[in-house]
Amino acid sequence: MVDELLFFMEVLVGGLLAGTMYSLVALGFVLIFKASATFNFSQGAMVFFSVLAFVGFMQDFNIPFVLAFILAALLMVVVGLCTERFVLRPLMNASEDTVLMATIGLGYVLEGLAQAAWGVEVRRLDLGIGDFPVPWIADNLKLFISALDITAGLVAAIMIIGLFLLFKYTKIGLGLRAVADDAGAASSIGIPLKHIMLLVWSAAGVVALVAGCMWGARAGVQFALVDLALKALPVLIIGGFSSIPGAIIGGLIIGAVEKVLEVYIGPFFGGAIEGWAPYVLAIFFLLYRPEGLFGEKIIRRV
Amino acid sequence: MKPVFMTYTKKDLINLAVCMVLSVLVIPTFITTEYWYTSILIPWLCLALATIGQQIVMGYTGQLALGAAGFMAAGAFAMFNLILRVPDLGFVGSLIVSGLIAAAFGILFGLPSLKVRGIYLMVATLASQFFIIWMIDKFGWFKNYDSSGIITAQDIVILGKPFTTPLAMYFVCLAVTTVLTLLAMNMARGSTGRNWMAVRDMDIAAESMGVSLLRTKVQAFAISAFYCGVAGALFAFCYLKSLEPVAFDIKLSFKILFMCILGGLGTINGAFIGAAFILLFPVLLNAIGNNVFHGAIDATIISSIEQVIFGGLMIIFMIYEPLGMAKLWENIKQKWKTKIPSSTNIKSSLSKKT
Repeated sequence: MVDELLFFMEVLVGGLLAGTMYSLVALGFVLIFKASATFNFSQGAMVFFSVLAFVGFMQDFNIPFVLAFILAALLMVVVGLCTERFVLRPLMNASEDTVLMATIGLGYVLEGLAQAAWGVEVRRLDLGIGDFPVPWIADNLKLFISALDITAGLVAAIMIIGLFLLFKYTKIGLGLRAVADDAGAASSIGIPLKHIMLLVWSAAGVVALVAGCMWGARAGVQFALVDLALKALPVLIIGGFSSIPGAIIGGLIIGAVEKVLEVYIGPFFGGAIEGWAPYVLAIFFLLYRPEGLFGEKIIRRV
Repeated sequence: MKPVFMTYTKKDLINLAVCMVLSVLVIPTFITTEYWYTSILIPWLCLALATIGQQIVMGYTGQLALGAAGFMAAGAFAMFNLILRVPDLGFVGSLIVSGLIAAAFGILFGLPSLKVRGIYLMVATLASQFFIIWMIDKFGWFKNYDSSGIITAQDIVILGKPFTTPLAMYFVCLAVTTVLTLLAMNMARGSTGRNWMAVRDMDIAAESMGVSLLRTKVQAFAISAFYCGVAGALFAFCYLKSLEPVAFDIKLSFKILFMCILGGLGTINGAFIGAAFILLFPVLLNAIGNNVFHGAIDATIISSIEQVIFGGLMIIFMIYEPLGMAKLWENIKQKWKTKIPSSTNIKSSLSKKT
């Protein structure tokens, strides 16, 4: 009995921590959605692009770890700059769906560029943190929890606190919220829309890089990261598109439910239900609470 | 109330006649290499058909859906099982029934569209994509307990005659595509299509004018999935000649989405233009890579460049012409007409006004 409970705990904690990895990807979506009501479908591609650039800098040019990370982050700022200038600004007055399709295109461009520059083979990323159970926890609590999962959880926590403080207490955050509320009104009272957009896209780029490092260390830096990042979509639906805590809670829910279902119900169906379980869960949320747990209520007028 | 159909003009009939003469008489006499049939014309027709399905739900009804390949897989595997288990049905019967099976999935996964729209709906339809592929993969019955993972498709036999040569298969695809395209055009012109477009342009307004959202949306999803299912069955039986779930992954869904958007949302001919472009462009790029650079550029790099160009085009079209290539073509025709005002054109434009 105790063993079963321990096993359940292990599955649950593992799922929760793995869920924070989804949260990290979802965080980038939320940042952009909050500031510009744009749904950035290319966030997954940004994850792939940034981490491939990071690994490429390290392995192809022998640039040390920290410098490569900074370079990759700068590259993401450049990507943000170009996106703002060449994609978002011309589409300022276009409908939501049009911008969404343009970001699908942007995702294709980023994926293609990354593969053209750094090749298509799977690359290993070694962060110096092993993807194996932490001995101390395994000995004392009898739970086998990966060190990488714990790191991802910590990194996610730090980023959330940082972003939360930024949004809540700084002048930049105030500007961001104003732009999110009504871009036209915000720019008319002198909030530099361009700078805000650039800032948000750069921040989303850096978040993508961090998320990519975590995923890359686990699964290798490869194209499949883009598909993994799609799972951030159900996370967002559960948490709400405009809520940072929502992204975290959504990620935790998806991670935990997916793992528990896979372990306890999956065997009856031949396994691998992880592939669609999050989406079906998201559909149920959509039917009962379309705005997500923490999202703002959507009001449509004729 | 009787549905009011817009009548066909003389121009439409001429267009149809030209298309039919081109596809039935000109192409078979002038194109004799098998490569053109097996690698370009057959997949073009199949994918154009699937793109029409995507058009119905996305271009006409305005619902962002991203699961065309899932419905194609449902259609393809339904076809395989029907021919295997219910041989009496025949090829055409199986094709229709497999379309209907795909349509059932379409209704099931289209239901969320009643509550949500935009990106939310996209996620709900992604569920169909992943679920259908998983289901086929995990339950051996669908694959007739074949362990190799790739099943060879049965030969096409219609009324006792085998259709196995590329040219014969081309005609099978052509016949199915023509019938379904004409049907789609009729639906789009008639009251069905007007309901779809009313929902697309403003669903709340449409509802308050008496258009049933439930009926219209579910109908659009069902018909769309039917088209995708039939297209999937043809795709597997005439083009791939094998059945594997991997062939219908999310990448194919994106491809069809691109065909639909680049071709031109809300037009039937856009589906054909978009499918042709997405299929032919890589062929062209490879030809350039081989002949101009003599293979100096790696094939993987060429496919990456192709991806960049598709993505870039998507952005450019969204900025400058969100209605895609079909609209672009229309604009060119319009400009041409205004430049050279012939007497017949003026006459026809006058008669249209009165």
